[in-house]
Amino acid sequence: MQELLQWVEACEADAIDEEDVIRFDHGDRTFAIYRTAKGSYYATDGYCTHEKFHLSEGLVMGTIIECPKHNGRFDYTTGAAKRTPVCVDLRTYPVKLEHNKVFIQI
Amino acid sequence: MSDLGMVIVGAGETGARAAVELRTAGWNGPITLIGKEPLAPYERPPLSKFTLISEEEPKPATILDEVRLSEHNIGWIPNNQVVGIDRVNHSVELSNGQQIRYERLLLATGAAPRKLTIEGSDTTGLLYLRTFADAVALRTRFQPGKHIAVIGAGFIGLEVAASARELGCSVTVIEVGPRILMRGVPEEIARIVEARHRMAGVRFKLGISIQGIMNTSEGHLITLADGTDIPCDTVVVGIGAIPETSLAAQSGLTIENGIYTDEYLATSDNDIFAAGDCCSFPHKLYGGRRIRLEAWRNAQDQGTHVAHNMLGASKPFVDIPWFWSDQYDQTLQVTGLPDSGVLTVCRHLSERDKLYFHLSGENRLVAASAVGLNAKIAKDIRLAEMLIHQNQAVLDPIALQNTEVKLKSLVNA
Ligand SMILES: Cc1cc2nc3c(=O)[nH]c(=O)nc-3n(C[C@H](O)[C@H](O)[C@H](O)COP(=O)(O)OP(=O)(O)OC[C@H]3O[C@@H](n4cnc5c(N)ncnc54)[C@H](O)[C@@H]3O)c2cc1C
Ligand code: FES
Repeated sequence: MQELLQWVEACEADAIDEEDVIRFDHGDRTFAIYRTAKGSYYATDGYCTHEKFHLSEGLVMGTIIECPKHNGRFDYTTGAAKRTPVCVDLRTYPVKLEHNKVFIQI
Repeated sequence: MSDLGMVIVGAGETGARAAVELRTAGWNGPITLIGKEPLAPYERPPLSKFTLISEEEPKPATILDEVRLSEHNIGWIPNNQVVGIDRVNHSVELSNGQQIRYERLLLATGAAPRKLTIEGSDTTGLLYLRTFADAVALRTRFQPGKHIAVIGAGFIGLEVAASARELGCSVTVIEVGPRILMRGVPEEIARIVEARHRMAGVRFKLGISIQGIMNTSEGHLITLADGTDIPCDTVVVGIGAIPETSLAAQSGLTIENGIYTDEYLATSDNDIFAAGDCCSFPHKLYGGRRIRLEAWRNAQDQGTHVAHNMLGASKPFVDIPWFWSDQYDQTLQVTGLPDSGVLTVCRHLSERDKLYFHLSGENRLVAASAVGLNAKIAKDIRLAEMLIHQNQAVLDPIALQNTEVKLKSLVNA
């Protein structure tokens, strides 16, 4: 079955500090939205793939998000798992910026 | 190097991480991972938490299942103890009689619970917690309404106490020291943790020793030094762990509070390395102080690190210690070595979330510890760890207390 994708407004562009992350909930789904030091935006699933901890409470370092629970790491631009204990990649979502608002395609 | 393989003794956290990293780092020869336990490498932290309280039958949280072991072409030998090392011929002997030769050997033998001995007491039937099988044994005893006595108010004892309360058992914690968590966390945090347990209904007997334990028809009868009797259904002992050094000692390797290694995690034999709970090593950032850790991330970090040195990298291990413990809805985290500080300052994040910084005489950050909700404290502890890593950054104690000053702004400042 093909998923029906839609662009959803997530937040104001400056709601996220540089090199930081916030949580965005939509319906019963939850996401993490990132802003790099250079001002690009990315989005991933909200929960870590190891246990159910929200990545928006973790630390952003360059293009890495570190999970707050056991310090597993992902590259949030690709979703790739980068450090134990996580071994399952994170799902990522397309992001666009329009009129100073961040939209994600989910 | 010759075509001999890399051999790892102990298929726990450290051994598993090292095995995978050897492959990732490009070692193409044989890798053999030998473990005493029947199970493929699994996580121990859930054993005192989720494994005890989960509604479904618990399963081990496997680190490397058979699929991944074969993907990485790691030869795993379960149910076998390594009983001897022939250092001259570079080979180990297994309990099944098999001999395996090694190019480099890693001892990742972990630690075992310290046993309680009380003269004249029957200590048979007391339970300990280190393995998945131990956790299953505890779980079947933790029925609602049962009375559980926990001897020892360290991390494992307290996590077991919290889980037993969550399962509806009544719980008494007995500790000979004057307070809980004597090792590892500052008194301020210990007090908050104790209050949380008391709120949950745990009874404490602190600063008192045990005179005797008797087996009774219902369970056990513990008698304290002041004559108080504590009847209970089950006794769980958590009085610390002893590094598993017997194999190393018998092979003539130097032992000093664990298997002695240098900063590269090499033992007194250059072809034999040791890592994880079983070893003591000098930490450069703490003036070369020798430490031995019993911590999950250290096991991972050292396992990963030592793989490279086994392949000839000779990089010193300088990662900062980090530890967490979950009890009820509360988490505590510690980074660095709090006992190397002389000044402690507190950042009150909220009524229940507290972050403590431990500074040396020169106001260098040597450790940080925190208690509260995981979401509230985790990021700050991680930033503190980065500050310690920056050569123990010199910091202003006033700024550290001020929640207006973002910790991130101090990193690399
Ligand atoms: C109940 C419990 C809860 C924990 N919770 C936390 C926590 O919340 N946070 C935290 O930071 N840390 C926690 N830890 C600590 C963490 O799990 C350990 O630091 C970690 O497991 C150490 O890994 P290791 O590989 O060095 O040793 P281990 O995991 O003990 O593995 C060593 C393995 O070697 C085997 N072995 C020993 N000798 C031989 C031999 N001669 N031949 C073959 N095999 C041998 C042993 O059977 C064992 O399987 C907890 C530990 C326990 C027991
Ligand atoms: S929950 Fe994210 S690393 Fe464990």
